[in-house]
Amino acid sequence: MTDTSPLDVTAVRRDFPLLSRESHGRRISYLDTAASSLPPHAVVEAMDHYYETTHANVHRGVYETAEEATRLFESARTTIGRFLGAPDPAREIVFTRNTTESINLLARTWGEQHLGEDDAVVLTLMEHHANIVPWQMLAERTGVELRFLGLDDQLRLDLSNLDELLDGAKLLSVTAMSNVLGTVNAIGPLAAAAHAAGALIHVDGAQAALHLPHDVAALDIDFLSLSGHKMLGPTGIGVLWGRAELLADLPPFLGGGGMILDVRTDRFIPADAPQRFEAGTPPIAEAVGLAEAVRYISGLGVETIHAHESMLTTYALDRLEAAFGDGITIYGPPAGPDRGGVISFELGDVHAHDIAQILDSVGVCVRPGHHCAKPLMRHLGVQAAARASFGPYSGHDDVDALVAGLQQATTVFL
Amino acid sequence: MADLEELYREIILDHYRSPRNRGELTGEAALRAEGFNPLCGDEILVTLHVDDGTVTDIKISGQGCSISQSSASLMSAAVKGKPVAEVRKTIETFKTLMTVHEAQLEDAGDAPEPEPVDLRTLGELAALQGVVKFPMRIKCATLGWNTLAQALDDASL
Repeated sequence: MTDTSPLDVTAVRRDFPLLSRESHGRRISYLDTAASSLPPHAVVEAMDHYYETTHANVHRGVYETAEEATRLFESARTTIGRFLGAPDPAREIVFTRNTTESINLLARTWGEQHLGEDDAVVLTLMEHHANIVPWQMLAERTGVELRFLGLDDQLRLDLSNLDELLDGAKLLSVTAMSNVLGTVNAIGPLAAAAHAAGALIHVDGAQAALHLPHDVAALDIDFLSLSGHKMLGPTGIGVLWGRAELLADLPPFLGGGGMILDVRTDRFIPADAPQRFEAGTPPIAEAVGLAEAVRYISGLGVETIHAHESMLTTYALDRLEAAFGDGITIYGPPAGPDRGGVISFELGDVHAHDIAQILDSVGVCVRPGHHCAKPLMRHLGVQAAARASFGPYSGHDDVDALVAGLQQATTVFL
Repeated sequence: MADLEELYREIILDHYRSPRNRGELTGEAALRAEGFNPLCGDEILVTLHVDDGTVTDIKISGQGCSISQSSASLMSAAVKGKPVAEVRKTIETFKTLMTVHEAQLEDAGDAPEPEPVDLRTLGELAALQGVVKFPMRIKCATLGWNTLAQALDDASL
């Protein structure tokens, strides 16, 4: 039953101090990585070290620590850019607060510049609210039409009318991996289809960043958004990657210090990208932490993490089906290479909130609710689902704890 | 586990499995209000008849977890047949029961302790007191109550 994992989970767990604590007197089973991943000790240590030895504001002071802080901040940009396969990290990596802010930035700058009422943006039914609402807000301002790509009966994207939807569209904005279904979307072919139709493609990489290889150049995409805390990094930092020639033409987003070349009483001249989009003091320690997270992920190997989680997902799907049969409804494609480590489910008549509460009492952390994907939930006809999701530190024992906890939930409620 | 047993007391599970006053009152005379819990997607529709200052009938529909559904069911049983003034008082008492503990949990510092609620005035509703140990569930427990208050507010009652 238990396949051999390419990851030594016991060794990996030693890098994550939080996993050594107990929850309600039990070993903690953290199955909420899709909401936020845990940071390894190296990330916390890198940020501590920065604050205790180096901290100064960046791009301003000429004293030694200020120069060091600037160098660390900019080298974080390079490290993260290289991780993503960005051809020119120094010009292409914009630091934001999170994926949500990255997509808002894109909608407010590129969207306002390029999209009017005769234009269209194509989204999909499996998008997170972060990749829906900013475009709806843009549509309210500009009248741009929003079109939604549907799903097939295995909850993969239904590509049968993709070309039709892309006809006349200027942007396809799609997630690399659903935070509810675990569906992994083939970005390369979507990028090719978008470009063939004369549209650009933006990829919401928040959910995929920790689990799937990204190479923006190889995938031939135009924009990519990420959140640090979903890829073993700190909260408070995200990334918008964009092709240099696209970013170079965009208007500023937020105004303030750091994003200008010159300011007079009657006008300002914006700085070049990426500083043009980084008004105010940026998340410096967080950038240092995120760079360390990226080094940690590279050390394990994204493909190894994916293989590990894939194996664990297969194990979990088998065990849940064996334990509950028709009593459990799992939403997402069957186990396979395009099924990531996210398992959303309904268990009989037990509400997701109650499932999560009972699982909490045995140290199992899952998420109940609509997972910020209400259009998808409406499509599924589900009001709330419980979701278990995996990271490199997740193991068979976590799945076993989940199944045991769910068995307990059925005895309370059935 | 003791906390969990206190949360899912038998009376709560009973009201969840067999909700009282389930349904919807239609017609122009019915007061109605919808409530949502955006965190978890719970939805509730409260409809009621008020005649001569008394809640003569009340129906609850919608979907949600055991806490939101049982709390609404318990509420419907508690307010049906009661004068509006008394219903208002029960709403306040119940919400105080939920917020007293919220303030304690949030490390209120030197803030004055609110008056403790006399649980005897709540009858069966006191079964929900276990909820306050689970701050995320307080919004579930109060959803029906806030919605009922909204329906009364809308009718200026």
